[in-house]
This record gives sequence, C-alpha cells and structure tokens, in this order.
Amino acid sequence: MKVTLKIWRQSGNDKKGQFVEYKLDNVKKEMSFLEMLDVLNEQLIQKKEQPVAFEHDCREGICGTCNMVINGFPHGPQQGTTTCQLHMRHFKDGDTIWIEPFRAKAFPIIRDLVVDRAAFDRIIQAGGYVSVNTGQAQDANAIPIQKEIVSEAFDAAACIGCGACVAACPNASAMLFVSAKVSHLSMLPQGKVEAKKRAQAMVKQMDEEGFGRCSNVTACEAECPKGISVANIARLNREYLGSVFTSEVNA
Amino acid sequence: MQGLADGYFVIPYTIGNFLANEIRTSSINTSLPEFEQAENEVRDRINKLLSVKGNQSVESFHRRLGKIMWDYCGMSRNADGLSKARKMIQALREEFYRDVFVPGTDKEYNPEVEKALRVADFIELGELMCVDALTRNESCGGHFREEYQEEGGEAKRDDENYAFVSAWQFNGMDSDPILHKEELIFENVELKTRSYK
Amino acid sequence: MNWFTNFLSSSIGQKIIMSLTGLFLITFLIVHLTGNLQLLIHDEGKQFNLYAKFMTTNPLIKLTSYLLYASILLHAVQGVVLWQKNKNARGNQGYAKKTNRVVGTNSFAASNMAWLGIVIFVFIGLHLYQFWLQMKLGNLPMANYDGVEVKNLYAIVTQTYSNPVYVIVYVFSMAVIGFHLLHGFQSAFQTLGLTHKKYTPLIKGVGTIYAIAVPLLFAIIPVLIYLKIFPLSSFLH
Repeated sequence: MKVTLKIWRQSGNDKKGQFVEYKLDNVKKEMSFLEMLDVLNEQLIQKKEQPVAFEHDCREGICGTCNMVINGFPHGPQQGTTTCQLHMRHFKDGDTIWIEPFRAKAFPIIRDLVVDRAAFDRIIQAGGYVSVNTGQAQDANAIPIQKEIVSEAFDAAACIGCGACVAACPNASAMLFVSAKVSHLSMLPQGKVEAKKRAQAMVKQMDEEGFGRCSNVTACEAECPKGISVANIARLNREYLGSVFTSEVNA
Repeated sequence: MQGLADGYFVIPYTIGNFLANEIRTSSINTSLPEFEQAENEVRDRINKLLSVKGNQSVESFHRRLGKIMWDYCGMSRNADGLSKARKMIQALREEFYRDVFVPGTDKEYNPEVEKALRVADFIELGELMCVDALTRNESCGGHFREEYQEEGGEAKRDDENYAFVSAWQFNGMDSDPILHKEELIFENVELKTRSYK
Repeated sequence: MNWFTNFLSSSIGQKIIMSLTGLFLITFLIVHLTGNLQLLIHDEGKQFNLYAKFMTTNPLIKLTSYLLYASILLHAVQGVVLWQKNKNARGNQGYAKKTNRVVGTNSFAASNMAWLGIVIFVFIGLHLYQFWLQMKLGNLPMANYDGVEVKNLYAIVTQTYSNPVYVIVYVFSMAVIGFHLLHGFQSAFQTLGLTHKKYTPLIKGVGTIYAIAVPLLFAIIPVLIYLKIFPLSSFLH
C-alpha cells in the first residue's frame, strides 16, 4: 500500500520545527509502524538525508520507550497498544498519517520525535521506590495480603512510564503516571512504610516539573497502552490529602 | 531466553552490590590522564565512522551480519560453517569501515552514530562468538556442535576437557583473542547430563 | 501553617478548592431551585415574596450567602487561573491533529469547562443584576399580605420573563450549566478521592440525572411564566 506521512521534523530543541511530507510506497500490511519508519529512514539515508529520529527499544510493548502521536492519538488509533505494537494493517492504502512527538512543556523536544522525559525519572527519584530490603520471593510470600489489593497493585504496576497520559491530557498532567506508581507501592506492605512521604514528595516533584493540573478529563486512561485506570488518580488524591492533613510528614 | 542472556536475574544483585561498595567514592576528576585517553579513544572511534562517508547504511550491515550469524552460528553449528563465518565477518568488517555512511555530525543528537558504534561492536562480538564456538569441541546447552552429538541427536558433552567458562581477552583487531578459562569446579554436586527422553 | 499554604499551592490542593467550591455551588443550586419553584404557585406571588423576605433577612441565610459569593468568586477566579496554567503546560506548539477520546465523562463538557464556566459567570452577573441587586437597592413595588408590607420581587420576575429574549438567554444558560455539571459533579468526587468500584457508578448516575434534571427544572420556570401557566398550588394559608 501507499501512504503519505506528515512527520514533525525539528533539528534541535532551540530550532524551529515543521511538518515534512514523505510518500512511501510498498508498505506491507504486516509491517509494524516502526518498521515502516525504518523503511523510510533507509530511503532517506540512501538519498544522504537525515533520517527521522525516534525512540524505541524493546519493540514489544513493554519498555515505555517508543512514543509518537499518530493522527492525534498517543501511540496511534489502537487503544491499549504501544506505538511499536501498532501495525500497518490498521491503515488503508492512500492514507495520510500525521506523526508528532509527545508534546508538553515538561517534555522538551530533543530532535524530531524524540522528547526528553527525564522529568519522569526525577519524579521516581523523588519517591517512586521502596528503601526496605525486600528480600526474595519467599520473604514476600511470608507477608499475607488480600488478593484484591494485590490485583489492584499489579494493575497499577503495569505502568511503563511512556508518558502517553501526559501527551493525551489537554492539561499535560502527569497524574496518571504519578498515581500509578504511588498506588502500586503504597498498596503493598513493603511500600506502606514510606507511603505518606512518597505521596507528598512525588506530587511536589511533579508540580515542579511544570505538568498541568488534572481536571478528570480521563483522556489519559483512554490512551494509556496499559489501560491504567483513573481510579489510581482518585487514590493518589486520597493518599495526598491523608498525608498532608493527618501525617507528620511535610515534604 | 533474554533473561538468561542478559543477566536479568543476576544483575539486580551484582550491580547493586558493586554500587554499594562504590558509594564512598566521590566523583572522579575528568582531567586525569586516564580519562583523557579514554575520551580521545571514543572520539577517534566516532570520527573514524563519521568520516568514511560511504554508500551503505549501518542498518544494511547489521542485517548482513545477522544473516551470517543466523546461517552459521545459530543453535546448531559446525566447524566448517564457523570458519567460513569468521572469514565472512572479517570481510564484512573491512567493508564496514570502508563503505559505511553515517549521516550528520557528532555535535547533535544523532541516532545513526549510536547505531554505527553498536554495529561496530556487534561485528567484533559476532566474530568472537564464532571463535568461541570453534574452540569448544563439544555440545553444551545453547551451543550444539553437529560433530559432537549422541545417537538420536542429544548433545554430547565433554566435561573432562570443557568444564570451564571461556573469558576472552581482546588482543587487537587483527589478532586472535586470548582465552582465559574460569574452571567450573563442583564440590558438593556431581555434574550430570539432563535427558529429555 | 507552612504545610497548609504549600498544600493550597500544590496542583492537588488547587483542584480541591475547585472541587469544594463546586460542590457547595451544586448544593446551592438545589436549594435555589426549591425556592424558585414557588414562582409557579398560582397565588400571584404571595408565597414567593414571603420566601424572598425570609431569604434576605434571616441572619443564618445572610451568613451562608457570604460564603456563596466567596465560593462563586473563588471557583471562577481559580478556574480561569488553572485554565491558563494548564494551557501553558502543553508548551509552545500544539498538536496538528486533535482528538478527544475519554473513558469516564462527557468529552465535550470535560474539555470546555472553562468556556462553559465563563458563560455561566456572565449569566450570574446578569441574573444578580436583574434580581438580587433590585432586591437589595432597587425601588421595588410593594405588596401587602395580612398587613405586612414586603417587596414585590415576584412582579420583577414576571415582568422580566414577559420578554422572550430573557427567557431564551435563561434557557440557554441552563443548558450550559447542564453541561458544566455533567462533568463537574462526578469530577468533584474524583478530585476528593471519594471513589470506589461499588459506589462510583451510583455517583455518576446521580450526577447525570442531576445535571439534566436541575437545569431543566430551572429552565421550565421562565418558560411557564412567559406562557402565564402556574401549575402549582400554595401550601401556605
């Protein structure tokens, strides 16, 4: 099939960017979206042009590295799917495909479709971990926990930190990401020890990074490749309120 | 398989323990001669690749390397194939440094430079894997030398001569690497062969 | 009180303010509705006027009214401030292609709360000018019920809604409020963390009904006044 790609090109953070059109023939339905871009890049290199810079790693939907907005949808039109797991069979012959980076003030553009998501790393460093020595599986198994809580925690832990939630949110809020991590850790016994501090510290870092405020639009859950639920956001609101008003912690 | 190959289960303990011991080391001064030498070596490697300005993309070399490895250094390999593969990889390497095209410069975010450095490493690693497979004259685990098999196609191990881990030391681009053996000595358990029959 | 000011300036704290003022306004609406439905009583405004007198003289009501004015202002000002901050959070360049998939709310309402709110704020300005200000400062005609003289607010209301333009403006504003509530009602609970698999569907259901029924009932009043239909009978003697 033939496709027309309109791709955001920007050679550096301080450079002006714009959409450039590329026409690609011989795209096979079986190709993944990123394979299709690889084919484009090979052609560009043959013509001695700069290939389109984009991030990728595992190419199997689990690392959170790949990140593009395709026709206005972070990770493309398929819900519950990362960019790397999107295949060309979801497009038709003759389609025009718009490809842009995840846009947010807190995610400055490095080049083309590559954005700097170190803000997420700093938020995790602020509290998205447990400081206890958790031991091995048998140590965890020795602590009883209710199955429903485990399932909730596991679902929240599925967050791969890709940032699609920020890209989708009209307010560029990072609440889904932060709440997924806070939920995951604070629901588990090993994470409860630092739960009060974690909620305040991670929210504080999130605010400092310049993300917007959540107004419960829920576009984040709709675009999240792992289907993380906004129930986590409600849980973070509870944790945060509880921590600010009832704990001795003052992050 | 990836978990076994990249140490997913081992790294959480090894790296953590290593870093824990390093925590008292303060940041290292970058004006030390060792640092300068290392930095210059890296810069040279990058410039070497950027200055070739050939005709073939890094990706195309990566694919060709992959095909050689797939054909001759897969799970099942033999001495002829491995020797042939080694020569093919050496030729590929020569062609790589003569005809690779890396667009752009090193003064910008440039994924092609990153890819080129990686493929340069893979070419060396691929040749080493062939060398290693050639020197291990037995079948063991993911290394199946067709010349060393039992009746019915089971792996034929040679624990008397090959109960070691091979650690290879780089000895220059055009010389054979040097083998260091980490002997596998079993004190409390006996080395056995697993049978899937 | 450092922790408290930190809280108020945090992203969550600012949203809590929206939520609490919003919930207060939601409560206000239903109280105001019950009061205003008395306009439809077939008694030439007697019950309504006596109610108006009560609402403007009772000290507890007066106290609550200050809270109400504060809530309106805080909700509006905070809303606009957050709206601008959030717009900036996207950065200098917006998306070429815009989409609007959501899971748990009305996407039109959710993405347009600020504009809906601004229209409501303008309506409130008009509404306060037409009635509240007249009641406070204007020269209203008086009515006499059993020897007691009260301001005849009823006359002002019926006079206003004999003009079809004001009826249309009012009905349109109620529709805007409806959309604003469609998102706002359940959003307020989500912001406060008052959610649970078991009762969130109930909250959403109640919220949807509220967002439709309350504005609808408000809107019926000027329409019926314009049509001179007064279906309710008094329970005052």
